[in-house]
Amino acid sequence: MSAPAYQVVGTRPIRHDGADKVTGRALYGADLELAGLLHGFVLRCPHAHARLRRIDTSKAEAFPGVKAVVTAADFPPSGDRMVDLGEGETPLSYIRGNVLASGKALYCGHAVAAVAAVNVHVAEEAAGLIEVDYEVLPHVTTALDAMREDAPLVHEELRTKEFGAPGSRPSNVAEHFRHEMGEVERGFAEAEVIVEREFHTSTVHQGYIEPHNATALWNNDGRVLIWCSTQGSFVVRDTTACILDLPVSQVKVTPLEIGGGFGGKIPVYLEPVAALLSKKSGRPVKIVMSRKDVFEGTGPTPGSFIRVKIGARRDGTITAAEAYLAYEAGAYPGAMVASGAMTVFAAYHLPNVRIDGFDVCVNKPSTAAYRAPGATNAAFATESVMDELAENLNVDPLDFRLKNAAREGARRADGVKYRRIGCVEVIEAMKNSEHYRSALNGPHRGRGVAIGYWFNVGLASSCTISVNEDGTVNLVEGSTDIGGTRTSVAMQAAEVLGIAAEDVHPVVADTDSVGYTAVTGGSRVTFATGWAAYEAAQDVVRQMRERAARLWDVDPDAVEAVRGQYRAGSHRATFRALAAQLNRTGGPVVGRATVNPKGAGGSFSGVICDVEVDPETGKTTILRFTSIQDAGKAIHPAYVEGQMQGGSVQGIGWALNEEYYMTAEGTMANASFLDYRIPTCYDLPMIETIIVEVPNPGHPFGVRGVGEANIVPPPAALANAIYRAAGVRMRRLPMNPAAVMEAIWAAAK
Amino acid sequence: MKWFDYAAPRSVAEAVRLLAAHPAARTLAGGTDLLVQLRSGRKETDLVVDIKRIPELNELRYDPAAGLTLGAAVPCYRIYQHAGLRLAYPALAETASLIGGTQIQGRASVGGNLCNASPSADTVPLLIALSATCHIAGPQGTRAIPVEDFCVAPGRNILTPGELLVSLHVPPPAPHSGARYLRFIPRNEMDIAVAGAGVSVTLDHGHFRSARIALAAVAPTPLLVREAGDALAGRPVSAESMGAAAELAKAAARPITDMRGTAEYRRHLCAVLTRRALEAAVAQAKGN
Repeated sequence: MSAPAYQVVGTRPIRHDGADKVTGRALYGADLELAGLLHGFVLRCPHAHARLRRIDTSKAEAFPGVKAVVTAADFPPSGDRMVDLGEGETPLSYIRGNVLASGKALYCGHAVAAVAAVNVHVAEEAAGLIEVDYEVLPHVTTALDAMREDAPLVHEELRTKEFGAPGSRPSNVAEHFRHEMGEVERGFAEAEVIVEREFHTSTVHQGYIEPHNATALWNNDGRVLIWCSTQGSFVVRDTTACILDLPVSQVKVTPLEIGGGFGGKIPVYLEPVAALLSKKSGRPVKIVMSRKDVFEGTGPTPGSFIRVKIGARRDGTITAAEAYLAYEAGAYPGAMVASGAMTVFAAYHLPNVRIDGFDVCVNKPSTAAYRAPGATNAAFATESVMDELAENLNVDPLDFRLKNAAREGARRADGVKYRRIGCVEVIEAMKNSEHYRSALNGPHRGRGVAIGYWFNVGLASSCTISVNEDGTVNLVEGSTDIGGTRTSVAMQAAEVLGIAAEDVHPVVADTDSVGYTAVTGGSRVTFATGWAAYEAAQDVVRQMRERAARLWDVDPDAVEAVRGQYRAGSHRATFRALAAQLNRTGGPVVGRATVNPKGAGGSFSGVICDVEVDPETGKTTILRFTSIQDAGKAIHPAYVEGQMQGGSVQGIGWALNEEYYMTAEGTMANASFLDYRIPTCYDLPMIETIIVEVPNPGHPFGVRGVGEANIVPPPAALANAIYRAAGVRMRRLPMNPAAVMEAIWAAAK
Repeated sequence: MKWFDYAAPRSVAEAVRLLAAHPAARTLAGGTDLLVQLRSGRKETDLVVDIKRIPELNELRYDPAAGLTLGAAVPCYRIYQHAGLRLAYPALAETASLIGGTQIQGRASVGGNLCNASPSADTVPLLIALSATCHIAGPQGTRAIPVEDFCVAPGRNILTPGELLVSLHVPPPAPHSGARYLRFIPRNEMDIAVAGAGVSVTLDHGHFRSARIALAAVAPTPLLVREAGDALAGRPVSAESMGAAAELAKAAARPITDMRGTAEYRRHLCAVLTRRALEAAVAQAKGN
């Protein structure tokens, strides 16, 4: 079957937001100016764990230039209840407590109070006058420490949900769950080679360039207007309304441009605080985080302890696999361990599996999503063990993976049965790549490979398309654009309408102006909002056929529309020609669609990388790096490549240098981009890309979301490459020069 | 950041008067350290004295007989763009280009790097290796001291209230000499030295006539390891002699463990960097 020929899908038009971005005119939250604008500053707890005995704001309130001061006591007394803001049920007290601490501060950086003043310097100085009587409590910052019976308790009231049932004893473990399939003990008994290893990964941050920001105006009519940088304007609306005990219709959120999110701009931090400050002061209030605030006060991705055991027969067939995953949730339950457990063996067809997951609270910032959250940690463990097994079996690491690769119909231990997936095709593309077939010569050099998986989700998206008389269309959608999705969504509409991508003007609207649209996350926008655009465009085509029918006096069903060419009998008209006659044929045409599609497919990705390790310093230099990913159908290949490169670079940073370096006091020592070392362009080779296309049968164009899976394999691929270059198996992230050097010393002893 | 006053004197005398009258005043050259410290609250001041308008502090003059005069406010880019300086002191030009990125190099000065007195300052070990001296003006007149005596503790230097670093002086390079500063950073840019080694050597028919070795980030101040350089004097240029000097440098290091590296790793790096810097300096000296 040959692929359908598209006119727009698969091409590389210039992005719609390009001019604004390169000229600096794009409006970000920090740029926003409003009449009478005040500036807010958030006071944060300097201790890892402390009881708030008393907060005295009187001196700050009296400071010249200060217009309002708020603490958690200013929240409406709405009590506690379970709320669902799109990520499952969460107690309102957790969401609200993370915005402003009440009773206890649970991590260094936890917001305690906030000040609004005539400028940010006055606000900061006044915040320093707030007297907080802290009773410093013992703290715990790693999952394994927090699981000890004598560990300090982050939440005294928390009980472990053990296999779905609540426990009786106080604990930092919010949940222990298990996925089991087949007979694991028998599977290991059949194995001829078994490798079992333990892995540690550090807390890492998404590292988006733009800090969180929010501006709020509590208007005199009682409506709260918010401008902010978010991955989900409706999430901000619903969360803020919930915390402030308002109907959702009383909050309007206008999303501004985003300087990166990667999952970290889903939670709400500043919006309710700015709103409270505005209510008290009667003026709009803007709060912009510093980089330190971002590191200490927003959600990084969990640090983790993982044990993986895999057994195989001599012929390379895996007989059993077992995983133990303990992820640090941070201050509130909700570590991404569920997705870690779902992805840890997702690339393989396994008969006998047991996976235990632990969601563990610690005195660190409440974790948030980060690009395939939970999967990178898990793949680091699995793909390292797979590499060691391949070595023991004396088989090519890609052949070993191919032999056990997941295929259509394979069932994961968490119950999901795969539809058409591209795992095999990705591994074959790796094997057939010029990179993998090329020789790597020279001392202290090595090549590593790894693969990874990430889901896509569907969820709700809305879209309207208005036809202009000049034959262009305006497309209104609700998915905030963190990865070039305005263009990938517009292109799908353009394909259906038979017009150029440039003739679609996409706009990401505020929450009053577009139907409910779920968060930008789960690699869903090109898939689901793209589908909404596809359906809205079909609606436009249907209406345009009616208009043509009216013009030509034929039955609408007799009008054919093919790639923007409308015809019936001898009648012919282009989309543009019909658009010019809208007023004569009944007025404006607006197409609309809402979707909640179920057909999301997952995406597999792989990495091949060559490194050189300086044996005297332990420093790893990446010589060559190729990212391979199944895009289903690449709507805009350049953006797909960009996503693959971006995910690769973040994975490289996670692997080699990034970490929350915690002091003995439980505070973060390196809360700046100087000492939190994300890779610079000097640390990277050109990231090569190979797009694999195994169309997703659950999408009109075959789309698989590509935003996330690419970050999953890099740490494991680098660990495997470092092993071949330096002879040491690195099982702790980051694999920074000092760590590699110490491993080399240990191996020499 | 709290309010402060700002003054931009046009003469050394005026600057000294201001600094003497305001003991909490801070001098501003490029501001790449000071402004960050004021913003973060690590330093507070009621007066910032901008010294960039004082002619002596902007002087950059190289004379083959007299050596180099480097005004304390001269930004890094002027150093590596100065053709004569690049030829005479290639290691200094290279080190000035290590600090920050292009924008930072347009503001940051070597004098400020020294006055900030960070143990990890990149230019200081090289200045020490090159036998540079500090020219200081104060209420009691002027004085000159060797660079190795300037820093006294992390963030603290020898200047007393009212004193101002006016310029640095580097003697002219000797024939058959070479120098190099090498630092170790986990990334390749945008980083603070985990350890650094600045060396200078003068050769004489396959032997070391003299050498100076100084280290960064392994003691409370930049550290001159006199014994490591002295041990090379008179010895043949060889892997063995340079390895022995590197071991002496390592032995002199007194590092701490922090987020940038463990003490053990830093000591190890001292030997590696000293040896590699010596090899590079020797190669340069052989070409001169």
